[in-house]
Amino acid sequence: MNRNPVSESRFARAALITIALLFLALFILLPLFAVFSEALKEGFDDFAEAVSTPDALAAIRLTLIVAAISVPLNMVFGVAASWAITKFDFRGKGFLITLIDLPFSVSPVVSGLIFVLLFGANGYLGPWLAEHDVRIIFAVPGIVLATVFITFPFVARELIPLMMEQGKEDEEAAISLGASGWQTFWHVTLPNIRWALLYGVLLCNARAMGEFGAVSVVSGHIRGITNTMPLHVEILYNEYDFVGAFAVASLLAGLALVTLVIKTVLEWRFNLHHAGARH
Amino acid sequence: MTSPPVRPPRRRNVIPGFGLTFGISALWLSIIVLIPLATIFLRSAHMGLEQFIAVGLSPRALEAYRLSFGTAAAAGVVNAIFGVVVAWVLVRYDFIGKRLVGAIVDLPFALPTAVAGIALTAIYAPNGWIGQLFDPLGIRIAFTPIGITIALIFIGLPFVVRSVEPVLADLGRDVEEAAATLGASRWQTFSRVILPAIGPALLTGFALTFARGVGEYGSVIFIAGNIQGSTEIAPLLIVTQLEQYNYDGATAIAVVMLLVSFGVLLGINLSQVASRRRMGA
Repeated sequence: MNRNPVSESRFARAALITIALLFLALFILLPLFAVFSEALKEGFDDFAEAVSTPDALAAIRLTLIVAAISVPLNMVFGVAASWAITKFDFRGKGFLITLIDLPFSVSPVVSGLIFVLLFGANGYLGPWLAEHDVRIIFAVPGIVLATVFITFPFVARELIPLMMEQGKEDEEAAISLGASGWQTFWHVTLPNIRWALLYGVLLCNARAMGEFGAVSVVSGHIRGITNTMPLHVEILYNEYDFVGAFAVASLLAGLALVTLVIKTVLEWRFNLHHAGARH
Repeated sequence: MTSPPVRPPRRRNVIPGFGLTFGISALWLSIIVLIPLATIFLRSAHMGLEQFIAVGLSPRALEAYRLSFGTAAAAGVVNAIFGVVVAWVLVRYDFIGKRLVGAIVDLPFALPTAVAGIALTAIYAPNGWIGQLFDPLGIRIAFTPIGITIALIFIGLPFVVRSVEPVLADLGRDVEEAAATLGASRWQTFSRVILPAIGPALLTGFALTFARGVGEYGSVIFIAGNIQGSTEIAPLLIVTQLEQYNYDGATAIAVVMLLVSFGVLLGINLSQVASRRRMGA
């Protein structure tokens, strides 16, 4: 007989904890461990050499550039959208929130495809662009556009629930005391939302640097020019340069780990909830 | 902060910036999301129904959908079962390293898909750590639908855990006590009381895993083998069409995938609205 009616026997507890830990170890820790183990298989020198080839360095540079453009754009959008949605009442607000989330339900490959249909050689604007010698697809602008699309909802969806909860009394008070709109935003709203904003930017950045499918469709895989780090991993892997592929991959895995650590610290310190399950 | 001495009338909003912020949002949303997404439907409207069906529902495309939807559903079921166990353990029990375990559940959200793809392939290939255990038994994991399912389990793992966790945490213990007082065994309490309560969240988690799995590309293409008719997933078929500059073919397949994904998500939303109404909440 079980003494405590709303709890499991010690055996059941131990069994459930073991099952959960084994499942996570098999599906999460093992792949993570494999990345670093394969990267360092031939020793540290080979690893260092693989991540410092000109092509690898060009890929790292492009990944940083793409993130440096797309993350601030989506940050400004996220703050503006959250302000409009949480401080004002207007028709179709729920619909707007749904539209903002739309990129999450589109396959990465389709996210790339839509920009090819618009700007590609056989796309709607392709002939016009060719005439004016502007390259978007198989060039950096296309990679940036696809990345902005993929990471579009991240900042907004962290801020909207928080700002909804905080209401608008603080801002109303500041305004009625004579503060301007910008002063109110910088001195009242921003301090209230800064950690959630950082959280959103962090996740947005991780996805921007790691995106593969959408970028792969629009990039054209030109070595040294339109290759981001994830695409470079693919090229090396397909050339059977496994140490090289895993070396570059381990840098991305390191980025993921740093992201997770900061994210976890933010969640503990500032009691930020896991903002829904959809990232 | 103190409230102003005279509250403004309810209707008047004193906060400025609606025009600016709404304008930026609407403009950016249109340029980045709405106009590009609209092109896909515009393009398929130009095609004519016959041509659309000929490409979008060709035997090769149907094989790819079957594989993509089938493996995504299988991954959803596995994640539904183990996701509940993980969520349960994280909410109800204390053990050493619990916070660390809670944090690593989100790794699939943070790890780039291509990295996950090559790592899983290395593990499950016939000469990999796990692959070599199964190879002598004649079971191949990488380059078969089993490998695809494993990649989708990895990608979808956090969805069920993160959907179920908050509901489980909010669940009052009083109903469980009541069930126990009335003589229910622990298992009966779980299956008759707890499971129905977390059911909608579990369904959401399953749907998110499924929708993500259907469209997933990066983590799958390395482990899939990509053989036409047996391990060619639908997103890969789109890429193949694009590489041959067959924009119409790629569009038709993309539209079918989008419609099915939206349909599944819509259906699940509707069923949840209906169940909430039944519960009277």
